[in-house]
Amino acid sequence: MSAVAPILAIDRLRIEYPLADGGVLTAVEGATLSIAPGEIHALVGESGAGKTTIGNAVLGLLEKPGRIASGTIALDGQPFDPQKPGAVRLGRDIGAVFQDPMTSLNPLFTIESQIVETLRAHLPLDRAAARTRALELLKAVGIPEPERRLSAYPHQLSGGQRQRVVIACALACEPRLLVADEPTTALDVSIQAQILDLLRGLADERGIGILLVTHNMGVVAQIADTVTIMHRGHIVESGPVAQVLRHPQADYAKALIGAVPRIDIRLDRFPMLDGANQTEAGAARDQLRAKALAVGDPSSGRDVPLLSVDNLSVDYGAGFLAGRGARAFRAVDGVSFEIRQGEVFGLVGESGCGKTTIANVVAGLRAPTGGTIRFDGQVIAGAEAAQRKGKTRRAIQMIFQDPYSSLNARMRVGRILAEPILFYELARTQAEAEADVGLLIEAVGLPTEAAQRFPHAFSGGQRQRLSIARALGARPRLIVCDEPTSSLDVSVQAQILNLLKDLRDATGLTLLLISHDLAVIRQMCDRVAVMRAGRIVEMAAAETLFTAPQADYTRQLLSLVPTLERIRGEV
Amino acid sequence: MAASLSRRLRRVPLSVWLAGLMAVVIVAAAALAPLIAPFDPTDLTSFNLIDAELPPRFSPDGDPRFLLGTDNQGRDLLSAMLYGARVSILIGGGAVMVAAVVGVGLGLIAGYFGGWVDAAIMRFGDIILSFPTILLALLVAGVARMLFPAASSAEWAPFILIGAIAIHEWVQYARTVRAATMVESARDYVRAVKVIGLPSRQIMLRHILPNVMGPVLVIATINLAAAVLTEATLSFLGVGMPPTYPSLGTLIRIGNEFVFSGVWWIALFPALLLVLLVLGVNIVGDWLRDLFNPKLRGRG
Repeated sequence: MSAVAPILAIDRLRIEYPLADGGVLTAVEGATLSIAPGEIHALVGESGAGKTTIGNAVLGLLEKPGRIASGTIALDGQPFDPQKPGAVRLGRDIGAVFQDPMTSLNPLFTIESQIVETLRAHLPLDRAAARTRALELLKAVGIPEPERRLSAYPHQLSGGQRQRVVIACALACEPRLLVADEPTTALDVSIQAQILDLLRGLADERGIGILLVTHNMGVVAQIADTVTIMHRGHIVESGPVAQVLRHPQADYAKALIGAVPRIDIRLDRFPMLDGANQTEAGAARDQLRAKALAVGDPSSGRDVPLLSVDNLSVDYGAGFLAGRGARAFRAVDGVSFEIRQGEVFGLVGESGCGKTTIANVVAGLRAPTGGTIRFDGQVIAGAEAAQRKGKTRRAIQMIFQDPYSSLNARMRVGRILAEPILFYELARTQAEAEADVGLLIEAVGLPTEAAQRFPHAFSGGQRQRLSIARALGARPRLIVCDEPTSSLDVSVQAQILNLLKDLRDATGLTLLLISHDLAVIRQMCDRVAVMRAGRIVEMAAAETLFTAPQADYTRQLLSLVPTLERIRGEV
Repeated sequence: MAASLSRRLRRVPLSVWLAGLMAVVIVAAAALAPLIAPFDPTDLTSFNLIDAELPPRFSPDGDPRFLLGTDNQGRDLLSAMLYGARVSILIGGGAVMVAAVVGVGLGLIAGYFGGWVDAAIMRFGDIILSFPTILLALLVAGVARMLFPAASSAEWAPFILIGAIAIHEWVQYARTVRAATMVESARDYVRAVKVIGLPSRQIMLRHILPNVMGPVLVIATINLAAAVLTEATLSFLGVGMPPTYPSLGTLIRIGNEFVFSGVWWIALFPALLLVLLVLGVNIVGDWLRDLFNPKLRGRG
């Protein structure tokens, strides 16, 4: 690798943000890396690690007042200052691909005009030549029927096709370097696999160097040649992918890789670096369990299903004011499953498969179009359902995906958590309710002072813990978890998943876990249902499903998920 | 959020300071009118028709007792203006309060429940808005005038005016709050309390309302100026406050009849006060609107 001159060489880069109080925040410190032609170099780390900052610095897109304080960036051996206007010609020398393909394209222009515009801005081409070139590019990125797609608008393309168009734009002027910032994070696994193949092909066939910024270790394992792990602005480890992922040296690298959920074997718990105040939390959980029993929810035994969903269907868009000719979209189509007392039931599928709709119906946020749901023998949704009140309502609680919007920003944590307790009169006095809130906070592993503060004082992971505490406050028997960790960093995800497991063991909860992440499902669930287009295609015990999948779709999904276990070049 | 708001508050432009100060001084003077006004214009024994239409003190024929001259009944114009501003601000403020309470309430209900409730409330609002403000207010005030005894008009006129103005203004609050409520209702913290099972009233008042109040305060400020103007217009047209309890608009109407006979001060000074008050409130309101507009953040 050293024989070839690197396309991109970053040397001891230091990026600073001056703060309002006169101080300086160092976002990146002493970062050194280089990319050879045809190399995919992955830059990984958790949020705030500085990986996107480096990508933006190379592109000259550092947000003001951020600045490169020291160090150099060289393209093809020529050092340049990306901050200076004109130093880097975005689109000409360096191509850029960002996370969200919908916002990267202007919705008001056709695909043709967007690519042609890029081409003519940098190359002396007339309209006809630019059009021919645009056609070639669309072919190169694998868009079917490129002639027809040229006149399409971005919204007429699927997410994967849009990302292909973005890549085509980035390649328009044959740059030597491509900076791809989370290029597949917004996409489903099957489309992600296609885009990753495309990027790999570009590196192999055209010798383009690619700086791949990502948080997904599976993606790194699948397509990258070299990987650099960042933590709080510093590079902690760098080297060939197989070596770093198999035998990480630095403590942080070990912890990060250990926290990635595995799809091949099920572990009891995710390995943790810090075993913070486990005993206190344990004591609090025991008390919670005693209290839950005191409310007197008799468990009907393990053989009776706690929740049984029968032939459930949900339509969208067929309302009373929907208008003539408005056709209903069937989001959930004849789904049946049962959840037994004390088990973790997983619902997995790609976006739009109807899994979140099921979560909403089970939680009572939406009425089904057809079918029934029974909870502990009682009909709670469907034609003959009584209005959910008191015990039944309280018995099913929910945890949401986005921890930043799931807590009311204008209420103190203590008041948020006390709300279900006071509403259901689970505490006799105000003081008792406050004591319960303290217990809940301890049970999810936070200090009791948290009750006095507002949600904005907490990180995403801490907020998710508070969300869980709120759900527990109603002393439920079933908690619906809708993508509870998909907006969290991988190490925080590991903590939250461990917490859910601990709570399940300590309080005998039943969980309905909804996720698009097969590895998370594998680690958490006893039984799993795989959904596609509103139907369940396969339902089995987790071990069976992952070791011997029956349905073609399940097999396809499993084969497409990028995982740590499958490192490129090793299989 | 709180920190950045206080930082932005510290960078208040001078014009806004001056406008705010002007509005505060006028409101304070109006509030303290019984203490600082030289005469009580509502006390029939305190003025004399002999003093009618005296020019301001600084003009050649001025009377030292009357700083800004007198009106057609011999009332001290300054005192009448202070008391008039008091009436104008009370009616304007009252109209804003009524409109805000009704509009925010209906907006919350429309946005939270959606469906036919939403359609009914908002279409009714659309119908109301298709009438010009003044026409609707004239209708209400005119009909009320027929229904109530003219003798006690000073007692009911303020309430009629408040209703006549608020009947049109609430729609704006309802629309804004409805849109904000729909956004907040879809957010997870509201879905979470729905799952908990809290009653709708509690979710709306305790969880959604505090999160949609920002724009309401801005609209209220801007509408205060508009309401004061509407009241002045109605009084100018003769369906507002009676001459015995004049508002600024009533004073301008009275003065208007004398402008062409060279008695300019009766109309000019109340009009000037009205302009200053509305201008001050409007500048503060515009600045508040920009402050809460995320699209303008980080500029200037």
